[in-house]
Amino acid sequence: MSTIEATNLTKTFGSFTAVRDVDMSVGEGEVVCLLGPSGCGKTTTLRMIAGLESVTEGEVKIGGRVMNKLPPEKRDIAMVFQFYALYPSVSIGGNIEMPLYHLGLSAEERRQEVARVAEILQLGEVLERLPGQLSEGEKQRAAVARAIVRDPNCFLFDEPLSRLDVEQRHSMRGQIKEVLSGLSKATVIVTHDQMEALTMANRIAIMRDGMIEQIGTPHEVFSQPRNVFVAGFIGSPKMNLLDGRLLTVKDGKATIELGADSVVFPVPAAAEALVESHLTIGIRPRALEPVDSPSERSLTGQVELIEPMGAETLVHVRDEDERDLRVVLPRERKVKPGEVLHLACDLTQTHIFDDSGLAVR
Amino acid sequence: MSATDKKSLAERLGLKVYSGVGNAGWGRTLFAAVISFIYFFPVFWIILTAFKTHNDALAIPPKFIFSPTFENFVAVFSRAYSAGAAAQDTGFALYFFNSVFIAGTSVLLALAIGTLAAFGFSRYPLRGNDTYLFIILTTRMLPAIVVIIPIFLMFRVAGLSGTYIGVILLYTAFNLPFTIWMMKSFFDELSPDVEDAARIDGSSDRRVFFKICLPQVKAGLAATAVFGLILTWNEFLFALLLTGVDTRTVPVAMAQTIGGDIGVRWGLLAAIETLFLIPVIVVTFMLQNHLLRGVTFGTIKR
Repeated sequence: MSTIEATNLTKTFGSFTAVRDVDMSVGEGEVVCLLGPSGCGKTTTLRMIAGLESVTEGEVKIGGRVMNKLPPEKRDIAMVFQFYALYPSVSIGGNIEMPLYHLGLSAEERRQEVARVAEILQLGEVLERLPGQLSEGEKQRAAVARAIVRDPNCFLFDEPLSRLDVEQRHSMRGQIKEVLSGLSKATVIVTHDQMEALTMANRIAIMRDGMIEQIGTPHEVFSQPRNVFVAGFIGSPKMNLLDGRLLTVKDGKATIELGADSVVFPVPAAAEALVESHLTIGIRPRALEPVDSPSERSLTGQVELIEPMGAETLVHVRDEDERDLRVVLPRERKVKPGEVLHLACDLTQTHIFDDSGLAVR
Repeated sequence: MSATDKKSLAERLGLKVYSGVGNAGWGRTLFAAVISFIYFFPVFWIILTAFKTHNDALAIPPKFIFSPTFENFVAVFSRAYSAGAAAQDTGFALYFFNSVFIAGTSVLLALAIGTLAAFGFSRYPLRGNDTYLFIILTTRMLPAIVVIIPIFLMFRVAGLSGTYIGVILLYTAFNLPFTIWMMKSFFDELSPDVEDAARIDGSSDRRVFFKICLPQVKAGLAATAVFGLILTWNEFLFALLLTGVDTRTVPVAMAQTIGGDIGVRWGLLAAIETLFLIPVIVVTFMLQNHLLRGVTFGTIKR
C-alpha cells in the first residue's frame, strides 16, 4: 500500500514553531500539493515525511507503518529536490543507478532499469555526461528519473519546477503528471506556484505559518475558499477583498455597506447572526462585469490602469473610497483610463467572510 | 578562418595551450613577467649555481655565462671528505628517501585522519563545536621553539627519538589542525541536498562520505596535501632534534654539509637544493589544476 498519513505533525526549532498540527493523508495514486508562500512550513513538512527532519510531535505513517524513528534510507521513499541534488562527480547514468545499489540487483539489471527510465524521460543521449554539463531541463528530468527508477513507497517533490523557464515548466508539468499517473503512488509535491498546484494535484493543502488553512480539490479551494487567506492566495489575478459592514438581512438578502456603495446580496442564513459586524467581501476579478447603469449589486469606479494579458485585459478600477478593484475583461471590451465603470458582481463567484476571516456559508 | 581550423598539434593532442599574451595585452604581460622573474630569481640562481665549479660560484662579479659541470651533483651522493682521500658515500640517497617517506606518510596520515575529523565537525557538530576547533588550532599557535623541549623529553621517555614512527607521528600531529580546518571549510561548502538525496536513495553514512562527499572535495584534498607537503618537506627544527643518523631528513643533512676545509661549498649546497626542489615542483605541477580550484574555493558565489 502506498499511502502517506501525517497526524498532528509539529516541528519546532528552538522557540520557533515551523509546522503546527498538520493533519493530512495521501491515498494510493493521489497527488497532494503543499502550497503556500515562502516560509510557511511546507518544505519542513515534506522533510519530516522524508525523515530528513526529526518530528517534534505527531506521527508520520508511510504505507501504514509509523516512520517517526526511521532514518530516510530505511523509509523506502523517492524524493526530487529543488536544486535537483544530482551527485556532481557521478555521470547521469550513475546518478540514476544510485538508488538501485542497495536492492541487490546485478549490474546488467541495473543497466536495464537505467535504460528504461532514461527512455521515459528522454535522457538516453546524456547518460554518460556529468550533471554540470546538462541544461536545467535535463537536470530536472535526471532528478525525476532517479526518483522513479525503483519502486518506492511514495514520491516527494520539493519545488520541482522552480528552476525551469516558463516553457520548460509547462512541458515538465505535463510530463511529471503523466509519469505519476502511471505509477499509482502516494505523492506529495511542495510548491509556491499555484498554477503548478492547480494543474498537477488531486488535492491541494494550502499552508500558512506552519498550519494547513484548507485542504481540498483544486476546484474546492478555488470555488469555496475556507477563509480570506485562501481566497486571496488562490486565483490569478488575485481576488478583490473589500472591507464592508453588514447592515441588514431580510428574506435571505443582505444589505452590505462597502464604503460609498452599498450592495444587496443573497446570503446564507448563517449571515443573520452577523448583522452590524464588519466583514470582507471577496469578488473574483472575472466576476465583475461592466453594466450600463448602477444597480443594487454593482460597484462604481474609475479606470486607472490597463494591463493587456493576451486573451483578456486586466483593468485596475479605483472606486470612490480609493480602493483598487481588479477586473478582468474580455479583449474585445475596450476601456480608456479615466472612464467610469459600473461593475455588477456575479453572485456565484462572490464570497463573504466574517470578522475573523472565515467564510460564511 | 575560424579559430577551430588552426588548431596546433598540442591542441589536437588535448594539451592545454596558453597563448602568449591573451587578453591582458603586452604591457601587463611584460609587467607580470618581470614580477614573476623577481620572485623566481633566487630559485633560478640556486639552479645556476648547482652547475658551477667552486671558483665560478664564488666569482665576483657573478657569472651568468660559464661552462656547466655536473661535479656538484655527483658530489651530493659521493665525494672525498679531504683532499686526496678516496670518494665516500655521503648517505644523501638515504636522506632523500627519509624526506620522501616521512613527509609523504605524515601528509597522507594527516589527510586520512583530518578529512574524517573534518567531516565529523562539519556534519555532526558537537555542543561547542567551534571551541573544539579552536582548541585544535591552538596547538599551532605556539612557536616551535617553545614546544621543542617538552616534545624532545617526551620522545626520549617514550623511546621515539630518532625513529621513523616518532617523526611521522609528530609531523602528522603538526599537519592535522591545518588539514581539519581546511577540509571542514570544504565540506561546509557542499550542498546538503546532495547528501540528503543519497540517504533517501538508500546510502549509508559511509557510502555518503566515500561515494558522494569525498569526490566533491578532491580540490580541497589536493590543496591541503600540497600545503602540508611543503610544510613538512622543509621542516628543519624538529627534524634536527628528533631524527637520528638513519632517519635524518635532507634539510638537516644539508645544514650539516655547510663548512669543511675549503669553506662553504656553494655549488654542492645548490645541487642539493636543486634536487630537493624537484619533488615539490613535481607534486605541485601534478596537482596544479586542483590546486587553483582549491585555493579559490568558496571565493566565487555559485
